[in-house]
Amino acid sequence: MIHTVLGLELAYWQETTLRVLGGLVMLLLLTGGVVYLYLFKFVSFMQSRLGPMEAGPYGSLQLLAEVGKWLQKEDIFPEDADRKIFALAPAIVLASTFLMFIVIPAGPNAVVSDLGTGIYFVLAMSSLSVIGILMAGWASANKYALIGALRAGGQLIAYELPLVLATIGVVVAAGSLNLQDIVAAQANGEIFGIDWIGNPFVITQFVAFMIFVISVQAELTQTPFDMPIAESELVAGYHVEYTGIRFLIYFIAEFATAVAFAAVASTLFLGGWALPAAWGLGTGVMHVVGPIVISTKAVLLVGVVFWVRFTLPRYREDQLQRFAWKFLIPLALANIVVTAIAKVVF
Amino acid sequence: MANPLSEFLRSYLSVGIFVGLSFVLFGLLMVISWALRPNRPQAGKYINYESGVDPVGSTWSQSQVRYYIFALLFVIFDVEAVFIFPWATRLEAYGTFGLIEMFAFITILILGLVYAWRKGVLKWA
Repeated sequence: MIHTVLGLELAYWQETTLRVLGGLVMLLLLTGGVVYLYLFKFVSFMQSRLGPMEAGPYGSLQLLAEVGKWLQKEDIFPEDADRKIFALAPAIVLASTFLMFIVIPAGPNAVVSDLGTGIYFVLAMSSLSVIGILMAGWASANKYALIGALRAGGQLIAYELPLVLATIGVVVAAGSLNLQDIVAAQANGEIFGIDWIGNPFVITQFVAFMIFVISVQAELTQTPFDMPIAESELVAGYHVEYTGIRFLIYFIAEFATAVAFAAVASTLFLGGWALPAAWGLGTGVMHVVGPIVISTKAVLLVGVVFWVRFTLPRYREDQLQRFAWKFLIPLALANIVVTAIAKVVF
Repeated sequence: MANPLSEFLRSYLSVGIFVGLSFVLFGLLMVISWALRPNRPQAGKYINYESGVDPVGSTWSQSQVRYYIFALLFVIFDVEAVFIFPWATRLEAYGTFGLIEMFAFITILILGLVYAWRKGVLKWA
């Protein structure tokens, strides 16, 4: 299949190379941006301090300095560790993060691979990271790490369900699993005949949106759902024994996953890369504007996650399990029922 | 070239390439780090971390997994989600018939959750 990009005809391998490199650039750029913007600066301002100011203007090169620092750290394996699994676990977590980015569209044609299973693929791949975390916790041969990994396992599966059930509301409304179709449904939609903002599902599926964002907070093990890495009792949870670059990879994966989930939430609920069809912008314009639109939405949503993270105190383990099973899951099921009735009746 | 099967397989080939890239990136970081980092073995470094004191007992400690029944519940609900997804995409075609069918399905599952709830499974044991 030959696609045309900017008037150039591209062979399959050229197109694939472009898509893969584009995906990689988006991933690294957005993750780096989010780390600098929120973890270094936003939080510092919330805590009445300046944050990094030395490396580059306003500390903007601090991230590169950090990577350089971590690269030089000694790689220590604890003596009782299961060495192979210990070494491999960060790669699994990183691969899970990469897999999430594959189907998120950033423009009419800007997607690594436009799979028909779309959102289902994202959700399946996001849960792969649990395997990496359990591997890390087990292989470390450390009590803190083991307890942290078990907590992470329990929490990630508990909040996987509201996450999946909340997206079903959107799938019912859009009638497709493919993310491009979901974006198109929102751009072309209308609410009671008003079409100038399209039909972003955050309006009609507001309950699902709230469930999704809360579950994302828990899936990322950010405060208030950070029992797995609770530093006051487990030191750092499953990555307590990791040093140097392997530790940094967990860190990168955590923030890249935050970006990926935010991009998924923007695609499902906030209209994705598209601007409402009523604005009459052509496909050519959207090739350029699309990535900017989705990046903006995703970065703002990550901002909400971090805002909550640095504001609320931590839930106890039983409280967060109860919240998922007794509140979020019944609510998500009720949302499916209501959405389905609305879809059939109207 | 417009063979739908080969299109389908190629879309998954891109997935494979992208995942391969993540492992390449991982390997690259490892190699750079290996070239840069020091290696000064000292016996004390390799003791498992337990807040500064020597580890007590076996480090493969047993801990009570209090929410293993949640895992069983999770499997049930996750399989349910697998069944709901195809229905959700085709709801418009099924109409009222599909709606009633799925209500029966969801109701039975909610009954399961209510049963577990009443049994006290969702409590911190």
